[in-house]
Amino acid sequence: MFTQYKYWRPYISPYDPCKPIEVKSYATPPQLYLGFQPYGLPQFSSPKEALKFGTLWPQLFSPYPDPHKGVDKRD
Amino acid sequence: MWYYEKKLQYPVRVSTCNPMLAKYLIEQYGGADGELAAALRYMNQRYTIPDKVVGLLTDIATEEFSHLEMIATMIYKLTKDATPQQIKEAGLGDHYVNHDKALFYQNAAGVPFTASYIQAKGDPIADLYEDIAAEEKARATYQWIIDLSDDPDLNDSLKFLREREIVHSQRFREAVEILKDDKDKKKIF
Repeated sequence: MFTQYKYWRPYISPYDPCKPIEVKSYATPPQLYLGFQPYGLPQFSSPKEALKFGTLWPQLFSPYPDPHKGVDKRD
Repeated sequence: MWYYEKKLQYPVRVSTCNPMLAKYLIEQYGGADGELAAALRYMNQRYTIPDKVVGLLTDIATEEFSHLEMIATMIYKLTKDATPQQIKEAGLGDHYVNHDKALFYQNAAGVPFTASYIQAKGDPIADLYEDIAAEEKARATYQWIIDLSDDPDLNDSLKFLREREIVHSQRFREAVEILKDDKDKKKIF
């Protein structure tokens, strides 16, 4: 199982002018991992729902902003 | 040839009068990684790419135009009732002196659209890799606009557009797989 966001901790200098962001993140959405889309991938239950998500397949949906944003990711 | 359906691909609602957001959204209108650049790039590549992926380029180029129309609607709604004073405060004074409230193909910094945003190398792999990169860059641009926007209705439409970039990227990646595939080779699974 892949994750939609990756986290890393940049170096923080004692002389940085702004309040440091301790954990930085970037998006790694599903198309990076899917390869050729297999036949018969499960679809959303209704066209209306699919429109809301912007795709027919839940597996291709990528949330933004990161739903875990603000959650403490420090080890 | 195209048929036109007189409705947006996804509804566009704007909840607050915030012309500043229009300034940012212009990036997706006439910027290097915007919808216009995308539509024109794919439309143009169709002629010199293997038949197998021409249909895909037509479909995605067409959808990009429908996204361009959504962006235009957002910009229009955000600016149509703003006073010159509000326009000025939003940093759109430079735009106003030149264009009034007309939309213009330019990026968020006011640089006019140029064909040099679009590459056409003629090599199918090179062109498709550019398309994948363009989709990822447009996705990132949507992320940064969403980060700057505090309008929940607008963000709803922007999240839809961001997801479409993801689906397009997926399809271009599949197109590369189709072109890589050894046609006559017998496959044993």
